[in-house]
Amino acid sequence: MSLSLVIACSLIYVSLLFLIAWRVDKRADRGASVVSNPYVYALSLAVYCTAWTFFGSVGRAASGGLIFLGVYLGPTLLAPIWYMLLHKMILICKHQRITSIADFISSRYGKSTSLGVLVTVFIVLGIVPYISIQLRAVTFGINTLTHFGQNAPANTAVPIWLDAGFWVTIAMAAFAVVFGARKLDPNERHEGLVAAIAFESIVKLLAFILVGAYVTFGIFNGFEDIFQRALANARTADLLTFQSANVTPFAWNMLMMLSLFAVMLLPRQFHISVVENTSTRHIAKAMWVFPLYLLLINIFVLPVALAGKMLFDANIHPDTFVLSLPLLKGAHWFALAAFIGGFSAATSMVVVEATALSIMFSNHIVLPLLIKMRLFGQGKDLVDGASRLLDIRRISILLMLILAYLYQKSVTNASDLVSVGLISFTAAAQLAPAVIGGLYWKRATKQGAMSGLLSGFIIWAYCLPLPGMAQAGLIPDAFVREGLFGISWLKPYELFGFNGVDSISHGAFWSLLVNTWTYAIVSINTRSSTLNLTQADLFVDIHKYIDGQERDVVRRQAKISDLRTILNRFLGELRAAALFREYETQSNTSLKDTKTAEADFINFVETHLAGAVGAASARLVIDRVTKEEPVTIEEVMRLLQQTREALEYSRLVEEKNTELKALTLRLTSANEQLKNLDRLKADFITTVTHELRTPVTSIKSLSKIILDYHSEIDETKRNEYLQILVSESERISRLINQVLDIEKIESGAGLNQLEPLDLSHTVQLAVKGMQQQFSDKAVACLMQVPEYPVLIQGDRDKIIQVIVNLLSNALKFAPDTGGQVSISLQTDASEAVLKVTDNGPGIPKEALEFIFERFTQLQSPERGKPHGSGLGLFITKMIVTQHQGSITAGSEPGKHTCFEVRLPLLENQ
Amino acid sequence: MSDDRNGKLIIIFIIALLVLNYPLISLVDKKTLIAGIPGLYLYLFLVWAGIIVAIRQIVRSKNN
Repeated sequence: MSLSLVIACSLIYVSLLFLIAWRVDKRADRGASVVSNPYVYALSLAVYCTAWTFFGSVGRAASGGLIFLGVYLGPTLLAPIWYMLLHKMILICKHQRITSIADFISSRYGKSTSLGVLVTVFIVLGIVPYISIQLRAVTFGINTLTHFGQNAPANTAVPIWLDAGFWVTIAMAAFAVVFGARKLDPNERHEGLVAAIAFESIVKLLAFILVGAYVTFGIFNGFEDIFQRALANARTADLLTFQSANVTPFAWNMLMMLSLFAVMLLPRQFHISVVENTSTRHIAKAMWVFPLYLLLINIFVLPVALAGKMLFDANIHPDTFVLSLPLLKGAHWFALAAFIGGFSAATSMVVVEATALSIMFSNHIVLPLLIKMRLFGQGKDLVDGASRLLDIRRISILLMLILAYLYQKSVTNASDLVSVGLISFTAAAQLAPAVIGGLYWKRATKQGAMSGLLSGFIIWAYCLPLPGMAQAGLIPDAFVREGLFGISWLKPYELFGFNGVDSISHGAFWSLLVNTWTYAIVSINTRSSTLNLTQADLFVDIHKYIDGQERDVVRRQAKISDLRTILNRFLGELRAAALFREYETQSNTSLKDTKTAEADFINFVETHLAGAVGAASARLVIDRVTKEEPVTIEEVMRLLQQTREALEYSRLVEEKNTELKALTLRLTSANEQLKNLDRLKADFITTVTHELRTPVTSIKSLSKIILDYHSEIDETKRNEYLQILVSESERISRLINQVLDIEKIESGAGLNQLEPLDLSHTVQLAVKGMQQQFSDKAVACLMQVPEYPVLIQGDRDKIIQVIVNLLSNALKFAPDTGGQVSISLQTDASEAVLKVTDNGPGIPKEALEFIFERFTQLQSPERGKPHGSGLGLFITKMIVTQHQGSITAGSEPGKHTCFEVRLPLLENQ
Repeated sequence: MSDDRNGKLIIIFIIALLVLNYPLISLVDKKTLIAGIPGLYLYLFLVWAGIIVAIRQIVRSKNN
């Protein structure tokens, strides 16, 4: 096949891409989005399938059997949880206007410039070889088509302008420059680019299925035929199982894990899946359409590899089987279709990857550098900053592709397509801890991310690309064979003595392990800055922020005129004016240049600027014109003071409240007491009048009898009546005396005179005085008093009254037959204990608490209302209390009642 | 995004992780053809298709 035909076809194909991208972009400018569609989104995700898939998978299958499937099963495995991860990442990126994976990490860890630089440098180093293998695959393809069956020309001998790879690179660069940096879009959406990528995905899928079907059904008689012949062929039988193809479970799992991370974190994947996403609603469909695409494109890989192995000898490179099999059978058009498929796979990867890398490179390395050196964003380039930014972007794209081309020229034939791709996968996977941790772990700090990434990248470089370069003869290879400085456990393929696995699994294992641990341990042991904390909160709890307002801890101030200048400079005057209008309507304020901007507006400007230049650069630019008002100590103290005062106040209120409650309680009880007293008073009067009326009535009637019938009444009768009159009068005067006593005691009049008093003598005296009454009623009185004097301080008459009261009370309740009253006096350590016991009916338990209250008269069914005023025990208790003593009553109903008086001894007073 | 759906998707992920792994793989990793197709090849593609169908069912159920 002639070179010119191949070149012509390629050019026609590229022109077709230009046409598609151009038309879609034009329609997008008119506001009609073609790419906002879940199927376009899913197809554009298939940018994952590169020339490596197209040519390399077959090559890989020809030596490792089904191991190549791990690269596509990883994304399938991820798909169910990717749904959640991607959803969150897209929300964050839309909210923060994040435009690249470096931007994402830098933003998450406090908009750190250094982190952005670190990620960008390592990702560029890790991904450029990956781009270069696409270029090489295309060159390889062209050579295969044009020189099939001849000796391939020596690559180095060709001058650059005759090298097909060079022109391929130029074509791809042109496409990327035109559509990847067409205009400065704050969202970094490139609709034309996405449409072209989706189209290319269809082309490469159809091309591969076409060739696969041709090989399977055209050259062979279907799957069964191929597999049966492969099983019978010694060169291919071992490819049918993992075991015979030497695929270890470890390698299989590491490969799935690497590709699982890569499909999320490779710059082009992040760009297509997150930045170019037009609606989160597209994710759901993409989550099964994309794995389905991967399944379809892989069905024929093994059959083609087996066919190639069976039909060719070792001279033909397995990476070219897709092309050489049709060529072998003379089916040139099939070969050309296969080439176009591979070419489209390569272009889509190169264009998107270069665009994504250029965004990172210009936003995280070129711009911060220019801003720091004050070469950009200053007075003189006021006029057209936006186009300067685009120029930087375009130059970055060219730079990436030139690097890739040079790499391809210098490191030819170093290793097959898949190995280079997997080394890049491993580099991208190093971002996983920082990204996934950043999404779910607030504690993660910038230092943690920084040291994790750094350690991961160093181990990655030492274990993967450096030994590769050594084997290609670019650097001395002693460290590969003997370990660094001759230390054997530092051998890059057997780090720490871990051997028996392939170099990719080995390098991926160590770098990710160390990376994750360093990230976690350093994060736990370092503190976050305020900005890092706010960003961490925003990333982890993005749902909270989608509707709500951001709160700034650090308040910033800037002149509105400065902000306007910045926006003009970076976004162009048109867009800047539109943004100002948008903010004015949104927040209902007018933005006069003379005024100072609110923190809210500064955030608005920063977020939109971040869309154009990345979060870290936007921060740098805004910092130029803002005065940060750091929260002063006074402010903090004032805030604290306010809080403290509020706390104090609420504590006071609570205290008052408690006091009030207690007071109310006291008042209620006082009221209750008063009511009680009132009732008592009324009772008192009723009782007293009643008590007085009974004797007065009998005095009145007897006196009347004596007055009316004094002549008729005989002597004895008259004497009897007069006797009654005297005793009733005595009863009245006794009652009056008792009432007066109470009044006297209650009014607070003290005791007459306190003197040392021998209690045992007093008891004897009182008992002697009562002797007559006891014998009248035939009640025995038993007395037990100590021989020695029991001295207390007291009022003699009152104490006698107490004893007499208790004795008469006991006498009153003692039964008529066999009645017995005992009185005893004892002393304990500090008190004299006087007990008066009777064997009467006793007092019911419920009545015990009332008996010391005035006018309490116990009624019993058998005996009715007893005699007495009900004041005796009340007076007794008052007298005892006045003597600092106490009186208690105990009773066992039906058996006995005992009153116990305790009075303090003299020596203790 | 309902929690119910997320739960189901996580379960699919765990199941996929188990079936795409050893020891299940070693059961089919034999040099025999099932209906003319190598056991491992057939198994991996069937599991693959199964995962796709499962995800499709789960994300569809909510859209209705």
